[in-house]
Amino acid sequence: MLNAHLSPGPLPSRMQLAADGKLKHFLTIEGLPPLLLEEILDRAEQFVTVPNKQQKKAPLLRGKTVMNLFFENSTRTRVTFEIAAQRLGADVINLDIRTSSASKGETLLDTVRNLEAMNADMFVVRHEHAGTAHFIARYCAPHISVLNAGDGRHSHPTQAMLDMFTIRQKKGSFQPLKVAIVGDVLHSRVARSQIHALTTLATGEVRVVAPKTLVPAGIEKMGVSVFHNMDEGIADADVVIMLRLQRERMQTALLPSEREFFKLYGLTEERMKLAKPDAIVMHPGPINRGVEIDTRVADGEQSVILEQVTNGIAVRMAVMSMIMGPQGGAA
Amino acid sequence: MSLLIRNARVIDSASGLDGLRTILVDNGRIAAIAEASACFRAEDEIDASGLWLFPGAVDLAAWLREPGLDQKATLESETRAAAASGITTLCYQPEPGASFDSAAQVKLIYDLNGRRRSANVEVLGNLTKGLKGEQLSNMASLKRAGCVGVTNGLQPFHSLQTLRRAMEYAATHDLTVFIYPIEHALAAGGYMHEGEVSTRLGFPAIPSAAETVAVAQTLALASHTGARVHFCRLSARLSVKLIRQAKESDLDITADVAAHQLFLTEMDVSDFNPLCHVMPPLRSSRDLEALREGLADGTIDAICSDHQPHEVDAKLAPFQQTEPGISALETLLPLTLRLVDEGVLSLPEALRKVTAAPARIIGSEAGRICVGAPADLVLFDPDDLWELDLNRMYSDGKNTPFAGWNFNGAVKRTLLAGKSVFVG
Repeated sequence: MLNAHLSPGPLPSRMQLAADGKLKHFLTIEGLPPLLLEEILDRAEQFVTVPNKQQKKAPLLRGKTVMNLFFENSTRTRVTFEIAAQRLGADVINLDIRTSSASKGETLLDTVRNLEAMNADMFVVRHEHAGTAHFIARYCAPHISVLNAGDGRHSHPTQAMLDMFTIRQKKGSFQPLKVAIVGDVLHSRVARSQIHALTTLATGEVRVVAPKTLVPAGIEKMGVSVFHNMDEGIADADVVIMLRLQRERMQTALLPSEREFFKLYGLTEERMKLAKPDAIVMHPGPINRGVEIDTRVADGEQSVILEQVTNGIAVRMAVMSMIMGPQGGAA
Repeated sequence: MSLLIRNARVIDSASGLDGLRTILVDNGRIAAIAEASACFRAEDEIDASGLWLFPGAVDLAAWLREPGLDQKATLESETRAAAASGITTLCYQPEPGASFDSAAQVKLIYDLNGRRRSANVEVLGNLTKGLKGEQLSNMASLKRAGCVGVTNGLQPFHSLQTLRRAMEYAATHDLTVFIYPIEHALAAGGYMHEGEVSTRLGFPAIPSAAETVAVAQTLALASHTGARVHFCRLSARLSVKLIRQAKESDLDITADVAAHQLFLTEMDVSDFNPLCHVMPPLRSSRDLEALREGLADGTIDAICSDHQPHEVDAKLAPFQQTEPGISALETLLPLTLRLVDEGVLSLPEALRKVTAAPARIIGSEAGRICVGAPADLVLFDPDDLWELDLNRMYSDGKNTPFAGWNFNGAVKRTLLAGKSVFVG
């Protein structure tokens, strides 16, 4: 027992797949085969809602219990997971851990053991520390699957997949595309997962655009090119992804002011002219109008920001059903 | 009580001795070193044919936890682990919760260890009261109580002025100041080396500059105050360069590195392995190479274990919530000797880094084989191949990332002042 606890487990990318190559946990995009990412996108197509049409429940997960473990609050993300699980016929239980056990001093492992005892099939986990979903996946009972809904600055794989879904919907294939990711890459788990997804899907060029204070060390090793000048960074881009900039970045001396940031890196109509004429604008939300993106661009014709949200449900349904559905990796 | 050790290959880096000898031990000390054929008689005799005999290792940093943090380890458990690992002298590394402000606290350690001595324990006293980095500790009485140096451990100084004064005061009393070079403002909130892996994993990170800035500042203050400074646990390439340069001037400085820094890098954290959560963090392969070069050219004087035993729960959490440190007594000698296999150091040089060199840094007469020296000795079988198994570790802390590693050569017997404290 002691041994099992202390010996290092397999790499996160390795432990996500069952012996037959099917998805068992979804913790990070890194290391997953391109075919599996495409399978997620293909399956999500089946779940996309058509406006004004009653969405039929696809009860692939009837009898399964999904527990949303949110150690860090996020109403929006939690709700999309909740809707996805319900549409698949699963029972959903939401646990806001910050206000319960963790604040009473219970260790994470004890919390997990207790929830396991309540017959959960899947934990959807969000936590402020990188590696938490991986930790839970390593130590929870073998019949349970873990879906990472965001861990620290590390990974947010369903967000990245819904972004890939949106890009594929609009652009078809990834190979010819130039994608610019703009803003606070340093603190962004979304950016890291997007980069892994885009490079796995063989995107033509992936760029990150930000001042040096917001670009983490050695990010080139992830297969991206770094631009500090916005005009050069979005020149000729097919996809412009803006990241949320949090106000506290000004307090920690990473940036001088919102105004200067907007002047240098804010996405305006003027700047969008540098991108391809049919370029799309994306944002994982919530957006800060006038900080990283101008209102006219956020609400403009090239913006697909709200479609991203809609696609989020389909992509999460796809991932959940691939893990827990008939012939899933947890079966 | 006299003891004769026959036919061992005796390796002593201090004197350059390397050959078959017979050693006579009497009254806890080495009484004679003679040709293998010499005719001595003693009350006890060991035939050490096929074995190496070298001085017991002197470890500059072991976090021994007791009293105060006994849930992690005790003096008894850890000195036993030391004996089983060929280590005969341990320096007690103070930390908040187990530190030394007064002579009485130092004496308590000597008394506790004296009851059932498996290894010598030397004490590093606090450089500032409570390691708080604000007021000077009672260094003169700490020295009288037997402290072999003073340190603030990993705790920050309130200001550079405090550090300067502390160094001056230590110099007044001819105490070596053990400095962990870390600029807390640059390291704050970080958990691993700032580089491609921390970027990939999304960890708040500690840049190499957090160390090199502190090395540069401390060197300037060493030059200003004339204090004798020992730099603890170097991890960064530029630190090695700075210390190499400083040694070319006439600064009275020495440096060590933890054994694990010579074998592990940031890549070993790739799977969020909390067993590789250490301070200073594991750095890049370029840093590792520079540390090895620094060892080879003498810039880095000693290799230590930086032994930090933990209870299981301390490592059973997501990486950022785990406590840093490796239970490392049992890998100090094996990893050091592996440097010989990998062509980094010659055998006598490797042994010097864990015997004569650290002994000199703490002003100990141990760490060498010569007539009159304490008979703290290790008999070692170079042909015994073994695998590190967590369930067979002696330390109370099983937190090592080296489980499953194979090592060439094993300790067969450890003598402390001529008495067998371990027989394998």
